[in-house]
Amino acid sequence: MSTPTLSVQHLRTHFFTGAGVAKAVDDASFDVAPGEIVGLVGESGSGKSITGFSVLGLIDAPGRIVGGRVLFKGEDLTALTPEALRRLRGNRIAMIFQDPMMTLNPVLRIDTQMVEAVQAHARVSKHAARQRALEALASVGMPSPGERLRAYPHQLSGGMRQRVAIAIALLHDPELIIADEPTTALDVTIQAQILAEMQKLCARSHTAMVWVSHDLAVVAGLADRICVMYAGRVVETGSVDDILERPRHPYTIGLIDSLPEKARRGEPLKQIPGMAPSALHLPVGCAFAPRCPYATALCRSAEPPVSGEGVHLYRCFHPCSGARA
Amino acid sequence: MRATATFPSWRFVDRNSTLGIVLRSLFGKPAVAVATCICLALVVIALFAPWIAPQNPYDLAALNIVDGRLPPGARGASGHLYLLGSDALGRDMFAAMMYGLRISLGVGLLSGAFAMTLGTTLGLVAAYFGRYVDTLVMRAVDLMLGFPTILVALMMLAILGQGVDKVVLALVVVQWAYFARTVRAIAAVERRKEYMEAALCLGLSHRRALFSQLLPNCLPPVIVIALVQIAAAISAEATLSFLGIGLPVTQPSLGLLIANGYQQLIAGFYWISVFPGLLLLVLVFSMNIVGDSLREALNPRLQK
Amino acid sequence: MIAFIIRRLIQSIGVLLLTSVLVFCGVFAIGDPIAILVPADATPAEIAQAVQSLGLDQPLWQQYVHFIGHALHGDLGRSFVFNQPSIQLILERLPATLELAFVALVLALIVGLPLGLIAGLKAGSMLDRTVMTGSILGFSLPNFWQGIMLVLIFSVTLGWLPSAGRGQLGLVFGIHTSLATWDGLRHLLLPALNLSLFKMSLVTRLTRAGVRETLPLDYVKFARAKGLRERRVIFVHVLKNILIPIVTVVGMEFGSLIAFATVTETIFAWPGVGKLIIDSITKLDRPVIVAYLLIVVAMFTVLNLVVDIIYSLLDPRVRLEAA
Repeated sequence: MSTPTLSVQHLRTHFFTGAGVAKAVDDASFDVAPGEIVGLVGESGSGKSITGFSVLGLIDAPGRIVGGRVLFKGEDLTALTPEALRRLRGNRIAMIFQDPMMTLNPVLRIDTQMVEAVQAHARVSKHAARQRALEALASVGMPSPGERLRAYPHQLSGGMRQRVAIAIALLHDPELIIADEPTTALDVTIQAQILAEMQKLCARSHTAMVWVSHDLAVVAGLADRICVMYAGRVVETGSVDDILERPRHPYTIGLIDSLPEKARRGEPLKQIPGMAPSALHLPVGCAFAPRCPYATALCRSAEPPVSGEGVHLYRCFHPCSGARA
Repeated sequence: MRATATFPSWRFVDRNSTLGIVLRSLFGKPAVAVATCICLALVVIALFAPWIAPQNPYDLAALNIVDGRLPPGARGASGHLYLLGSDALGRDMFAAMMYGLRISLGVGLLSGAFAMTLGTTLGLVAAYFGRYVDTLVMRAVDLMLGFPTILVALMMLAILGQGVDKVVLALVVVQWAYFARTVRAIAAVERRKEYMEAALCLGLSHRRALFSQLLPNCLPPVIVIALVQIAAAISAEATLSFLGIGLPVTQPSLGLLIANGYQQLIAGFYWISVFPGLLLLVLVFSMNIVGDSLREALNPRLQK
Repeated sequence: MIAFIIRRLIQSIGVLLLTSVLVFCGVFAIGDPIAILVPADATPAEIAQAVQSLGLDQPLWQQYVHFIGHALHGDLGRSFVFNQPSIQLILERLPATLELAFVALVLALIVGLPLGLIAGLKAGSMLDRTVMTGSILGFSLPNFWQGIMLVLIFSVTLGWLPSAGRGQLGLVFGIHTSLATWDGLRHLLLPALNLSLFKMSLVTRLTRAGVRETLPLDYVKFARAKGLRERRVIFVHVLKNILIPIVTVVGMEFGSLIAFATVTETIFAWPGVGKLIIDSITKLDRPVIVAYLLIVVAMFTVLNLVVDIIYSLLDPRVRLEAA
């Protein structure tokens, strides 16, 4: 078994605020093999984005990684010096953010922002860097890249900005890409285009990818494996078929059932009752117990350990066994 | 709809918590608590100056010029202890400072109060009636705020001449715009809230709607601004008096005391200028700290 | 862009006209115009003659037109005290004030920007708290008090720097300035420092607030995610964004520097326009007062206009939207 590109082991990222300690990520573990696309799914507040940032060490005060390891090709990222981490970022591990309007600096031109990304990791002239930027834009399907380079972010449409962000991520042929909801802020049609592009690119260059999303439907079409997160923990993980057809954790089942595509015409949409707990006040025991129809006293008193078969793992004392259509 | 709906009595609950926030911010942090106590103490001193000062510095009969320029802690010819020294005419600095504080604080509070009334009313009116009234008032505000305070004060005093009332007037003209702008911004938001619509539906006259409904909800930020503005007014008046175009010699504020002492400073008699200066400093500084703390506490954006 | 400039230009002219009307009415309608234009010790015959020749018996609006007409020709009356045209007096002294204001501005920026940057980057630390308290001191201490303290410490006690007057002037690029001579610099330092302290505190606070607001933003995180060096993240990404509003505010405040120079010039006996106006007010030299007010207000309005235009040039979002 080759070394996984990324191995997150029992990651804990806590935020030490004036109001208390927010346990945004509280024991999350998953692996990503080379060339694999793993979908990290969960609702807002589940800790999925924080997990992504933790991998790159981009957690700002008052938060920090308090436990666990993040192994990138066997090397523990949490133990690296800031300079070593900086050399990896944008180079061997790249990140794509959710809203490109907020992630591109509004007062700098596109070429400035791309050239600096090139020159951060390669000793090339400005001219050569600009050439590389041009090629990168072309490879993500950007029309008239030369003009776009001279533009400012607000002059481009949402889809184009996101293509710029993707191009920047691909500049140094990274081995791992972490994509934090990159299509959420886009129109549905553009979304489909971007998804197709990403899939093609990953297949071509054997890049591993973590796709963070709250939208199970989007992830289902793209990923090889899915990890479902709830209240800072991975509650179920498995191949796409495992998750969609044989979900075991009640939360996963609830998620799948609440997809609009699953609803029959005229029926009210299914929801999971209640709300996710705040990271400041996580309940004792299983975090999902307050909303779970199968919860017992056991669930409310102890955290369920990881169990399962093969790659299909879950944390539940009472996993469901029914197959879904 | 129940016609007996009592008016925003639920606002009283809010106000209680506002009061709670205010008290917490004023006495919570040690530095701010000290500043608050200092402010209160100074106000008390100013109020009771004629009764607690060791000497009436403006009673010419009581002065002895032989006692002039005594350093702090010295005893005069009559055995009187000059705690903070005496000035060129033999006036007890300590006493002179108390009276000066009284005048400075008085002018500051007076002009602050007038500016607050004028500015708040204009701001409320602008927000309430909207459109032309609003544009007119806000243009005036922009114009006023575009010029530095000292320039406007200079202009007013140059045109009107000198005197206590002219100084107060100049300060009011300078300051009303700050109040008007803030009040208008808040009132414009409150104006659209449901309780205002309810007030109008029930046929309240404009005046009642404005003052009994809209005003109370705009008050907290106004109080904050008032505090800082009063400090600014005191500072401005001191500056004007120092320059010689502020209060007349018969009403010596701290600024005038400092000015009088300035010439003595170079000669080495520092206490005549420095002590009133320190008092002014402490006053303005404390008020600014309290105002700053209140502003942060009452700022909805910073409230988590 | 052009439409924007023209619009602002028209607004500025409007403000100028309005102020001239206000000053005019204030002086001629409320105040006593005779007292403005004729020395206090004139005989009744002289007064009558003045009234005639100055057209004070004409309707108000006609007087206003005359007033503006004269003003546009550069004739703003004659000083009683100096017996020179007011405008000449003012223009003679303006360079000294401008020099003071300019140096104060530069000082405020070169001290305030780095200080605010460090305070913002290390928010909550001892250094940050010290800087913030210092800045509160900077803008709550009355201007004149700071000046007195500076004189007390550096002139009276330490004897390092002179406490009054302008030093020797030298020629730099054809302009007479104190910056060219050591003596000039010695005399310039304290007053410029005095004038700049207020602005320095303002710049420090603005910079710190800007840094604190900008650091948590997504594009800073993204810049780090690209693997950029921290230095570049701070100095290019963060700084460029906060510089724009800071420069605008500071630019607009330049006008107030000129106004506050009145205090500094009085304390340090600096021969500028500020000292002139204070003296004129106390000596009731009203033609000079009127001339000063008009000129300063005109300067202000022009300044605001220029700053507005520069702002729109700097911020590409504003510029390109207006295009």
